[in-house]
Amino acid sequence: MTEEEIKKTVFQLLQRIAPETDPSRLMPEENIREALNIDSFDALQFIVSISEKLNVDIPEEDYGKTSNLKSLLAYLEKKVKK
Amino acid sequence: MIKFQMPNLGADMEAGTLVEWRKQTGELLHRGDIIADVETQKGLIEIEVFEEGTLEKLLVKEGEKVPVGTVLALINDGKAEVSESTIPAEEVPKQEIHPIEDRVETPHEKIEEGERIKISPLARKIAEANQVDISLLKGTGPEGSIVKKDVEEAISEGEKPTQEPVKKPDETKEISAKPATANANAMRMAVAAAMSKSNREIPHYYLEKRMDMSKAMDWVKEANKERPIQKRLLPVALLIKAVAKALDEVPDLNATWENGLQRKNEINIGFVVSLRSGGIVVPAILQTDSKTVDEIMETINDLIPRARAFKLRSSELSQSTFTITSIGEGGADKVFGLIYPPQVGIVGFGEISEQPFAEDGMLGIRPVVDVTLAADHRATDGLIGSRFLAALNRYLQNPEEL
Repeated sequence: MTEEEIKKTVFQLLQRIAPETDPSRLMPEENIREALNIDSFDALQFIVSISEKLNVDIPEEDYGKTSNLKSLLAYLEKKVKK
Repeated sequence: MIKFQMPNLGADMEAGTLVEWRKQTGELLHRGDIIADVETQKGLIEIEVFEEGTLEKLLVKEGEKVPVGTVLALINDGKAEVSESTIPAEEVPKQEIHPIEDRVETPHEKIEEGERIKISPLARKIAEANQVDISLLKGTGPEGSIVKKDVEEAISEGEKPTQEPVKKPDETKEISAKPATANANAMRMAVAAAMSKSNREIPHYYLEKRMDMSKAMDWVKEANKERPIQKRLLPVALLIKAVAKALDEVPDLNATWENGLQRKNEINIGFVVSLRSGGIVVPAILQTDSKTVDEIMETINDLIPRARAFKLRSSELSQSTFTITSIGEGGADKVFGLIYPPQVGIVGFGEISEQPFAEDGMLGIRPVVDVTLAADHRATDGLIGSRFLAALNRYLQNPEEL
């Protein structure tokens, strides 16, 4: 899976949670949850769905790395390549 | 014969539209069966039956909008006498009739002609002098007779300027309207009505306690290491369980206020779910006290998406006995709730955050949560509320026992 494909999947899943937003307009270091108004429950659902979609395990101690696009994409890329 | 009525799905519901009968005349009904779909401000709700019997007769047509309490169908339970549908009777708040609200929405819901209204002579005199329609009043005197107090309350309700503006837009809005804006508007009005009622009628008192969450958070972290991602717990599941345990110790808060304190046998915690389009829905986690933390998490995983999609069942909307509102990560430090009538308490959890915390003469940085309790001062006093918060804190310090 390429970097572009990962990005596209992330945007799709974010949009499913926050349908009225446009995740592709997120700034790389913007806090995703704050910008898209996502609560704790939806944040967990997002992590579950991304882990299922990309077939990667995201342990709880790594949740902090999913807070903005830049770190999330870097993290997922590394995980997918493994 | 049982009269099956339009259930009351919360303090803010006055009427519902029968969208579809899911059972037909002659069909055998079992406890828990879905008998119909009803459209309310909270969306399309599946209505369950709570008795066994044969569906004898449907009295309301699909598409009809009727007030809470209207008999929708007759269920033949093999008994000759006519009784009212039992279950929501115990759990559902008794309908309070506010003359103004009723005059606007349900002009046809007056007591049938020929039925004698029990009223004391003094009450009748006051009612006539003030042009109060006594057929719309609910009596609180002996055998349900209307007494002076009921009439006076009706008059003072009628004088309240806030009532009309709050109610009116809701009444004129067709609830079955599909567009999202109409739904959101109906939702806003439903919240407005329930919260106005709460603020108007319930004398709230507030207590607050800061609780150390280190042990609870460690417990959740450890628990999540063993769980696949789909089964991981949110700290709120533990908080809900701890509240259920504390309510079990302080049952006066697991109650309703309806002509006095009525304790409830089941602990069904209502959990405030906010909607992206605005508004809130409060589905109940039924029998919270008998569920494990994992089962509570599973229930939340099931309830939240259904609440947001407006797909809840009648029991989930009508049977909560206490409410929890939780701010979650990244939000405010504290939340002071408004009680959902006729309940008598609501607990508010702020964001769990790291704070300086002193204990045994030592100062450390710990995850803490500011917990508030708003309770009905007619029903309980501060001592009871304080005992509840102390019990809750004790459970959170011993999460392995939950």
